[in-house]
Amino acid sequence: MATYQYPKYPYHPPTFAGGVAPLAQVVIVGGGQVGLTMALDLAQRGVASVVLDEDNTVSDGSRAICQAKRTLEIWDRMGVAAPMMEKGVTWNEGHVFYRDEQLYAFNMQENPRSKFPAFINIQQYYVEQFLIEQAVQQPLIDLRWCHRVTGLETTSDGVRLVVETPDGTYTQPCDWLVAADGVRSTIRRQMGLSFSGQVFEDHFLIADIVMQREGPAIRRFYFDPPWGPEASALMHRQSDNVWRLDFQLGWNVDRDEELRDENVFARIRRMIGPDTPFELEWKSLYTFQCRSIDRYRHDRVLFIGDAAHQVSPFGARGGNGGVQDADNLGWKLALVVQGRAGVTLLDTYDEERRFAAAENILNSTRATDFITPKTPVSEVYRNAVLDLARDFPFARALVNSGRLSVPAHLKESSLNGADELQGAVRPGSPVPALPLSVPGDASVSHLTDVLGDGFTLLCFGPANADLSLDSDLAVRLLHAGRDFHDMDGGVVAAFGVQDDAVVLVRPDQHVMACWRAPVPATILDTLSMITGDCR
Amino acid sequence: MSGLKHEPGISDPDGFYQELIDAVQRLSTEDALAFSARLNLLLANHIGDRTVLREAIEAARKGLEDHE
Ligand SMILES: Cc1cc2nc3c(=O)[nH]c(=O)nc-3n(C[C@H](O)[C@H](O)[C@H](O)COP(=O)(O)OP(=O)(O)OC[C@H]3O[C@@H](n4cnc5c(N)ncnc54)[C@H](O)[C@@H]3O)c2cc1C
Repeated sequence: MATYQYPKYPYHPPTFAGGVAPLAQVVIVGGGQVGLTMALDLAQRGVASVVLDEDNTVSDGSRAICQAKRTLEIWDRMGVAAPMMEKGVTWNEGHVFYRDEQLYAFNMQENPRSKFPAFINIQQYYVEQFLIEQAVQQPLIDLRWCHRVTGLETTSDGVRLVVETPDGTYTQPCDWLVAADGVRSTIRRQMGLSFSGQVFEDHFLIADIVMQREGPAIRRFYFDPPWGPEASALMHRQSDNVWRLDFQLGWNVDRDEELRDENVFARIRRMIGPDTPFELEWKSLYTFQCRSIDRYRHDRVLFIGDAAHQVSPFGARGGNGGVQDADNLGWKLALVVQGRAGVTLLDTYDEERRFAAAENILNSTRATDFITPKTPVSEVYRNAVLDLARDFPFARALVNSGRLSVPAHLKESSLNGADELQGAVRPGSPVPALPLSVPGDASVSHLTDVLGDGFTLLCFGPANADLSLDSDLAVRLLHAGRDFHDMDGGVVAAFGVQDDAVVLVRPDQHVMACWRAPVPATILDTLSMITGDCR
Repeated sequence: MSGLKHEPGISDPDGFYQELIDAVQRLSTEDALAFSARLNLLLANHIGDRTVLREAIEAARKGLEDHE
């Protein structure tokens, strides 16, 4: 590609080829955006992992571009949001067009004082590159390139993997296996798990082009664009003056014909106009699907990212959902590996992320059904919505060009404790990255910066000034007004703080419980849900 | 108690019915379908109440079979 040189990461021939490698506590299969986030999260918590990846470079060609605010917050905890922000293109607004008119615009940034924008656009290969650059700095991560997993055997206390390298095959035993090997997951297939769902009968042509064009970075979605025969089209700015164009072609097309340069060029020309020079960087043709396996934990094997679930890209919920999987699993697996929580805690990973994946699949399915109506009648309704949307604002709410990735609010989680405050942020919600300051620490600007990697109690009100807890979970207590200052009352408002409120935040920055005036025994009781049968 | 009105609620029912038919009867089947879809959406938004809308959808669907 003209704008990107694929890095080649060093392959090290295994000394144990032909034999058995030393036992690993955790093996992660797949060094994609999700597997790498998982490894970084575990390392941050002091847990070593082996990452096996079948090749020695980053994502081939162009796939994910939109990385959401929650993903950036998660990467920030691992110290890798900064290079993403520097390289990425920030955007908050989406504009939706129908024929030759703009129907409406929407803004995804719910709070302008948040630490991160609603989205950045950044090519997936950069994302993986930055994650890898961070991972190689981590002595706890053993990254093995050109190590392909071809088989596995599950035992009562772990997994034995068959790993192929250019220098021969070896066996890798491990206590815990994290399958992050993507949509064609070898682990999933070897275990015979069904991956069921929906295929959408449509083709989408993805073209990444380099062009010099000014104007704000916004998401542009066109229904029935006036310039061409496409049913819809999408345009996104990425870094390095690369633009993502996405054309909806329909079901009955000749794939080879559509991918011929002259046909791709003609589509691009019609869209961007006759004068702007451009260079084609990447083209590919997709059909989209929404699928999931039934359970994300199978004893010692945990599925994350595309290996567990696949969504159509309208909404950017694939990679962003996968990063949240890693964020959810990391602290739980770390506590279990360290013997500080019972293994049943891992079932809450399955529960919480299956709930989140179902939400992502629902949203992606609805968007794809709107963009690709399944029957002539549903197309009549879809077009009625678009026709009305010009004059009637209510119909704009029904237009669905993709409901973009927002963090999962784990409202129903069995880990949720007391819900005694009335704010918008409730048990199960991620803590918002609102402005906040800490006396004498200029590195802190937002609430998420003070939370660290463990459990945190945010304590408000004078009655909690001397609160102390005797817990095995190393809970940090932060007192409002002493340990941090709520800059504009945003934090107090978000939680609906009243009286002597205490908010318990989990290591993945999701709220676990909100109390009005708890005694330590109450808090310890809630924490015992984590330690469980380990106490 | 049902949320969807079952009793007459339109004044001058004959006049309304004529207006409705006048609006559609010279349309092609295709356009008439588009008209119905638009009208449904406009009225659904006006009603807004999800329970009423669900009952109306169920009532309209009664006796109609899935087409294989
Ligand atoms: C056109 C398109 C646009 C998209 N846009 C977006 C977007 O804007 N935002 C978004 O969030 N998501 C988007 N997605 C989805 C996103 O790309 C995926 O959800 C994301 O890549 C999943 O990451 P992953 O790490 O789970 O899997 P992958 O990225 O597929 O990584 C899997 C890794 O496992 C390795 N591997 C596979 N098999 C083996 C094996 N047997 N042994 C060892 N290693 C193995 C592979 O080499 C690879 O590195 C898009 C997808 C497409 C196709």
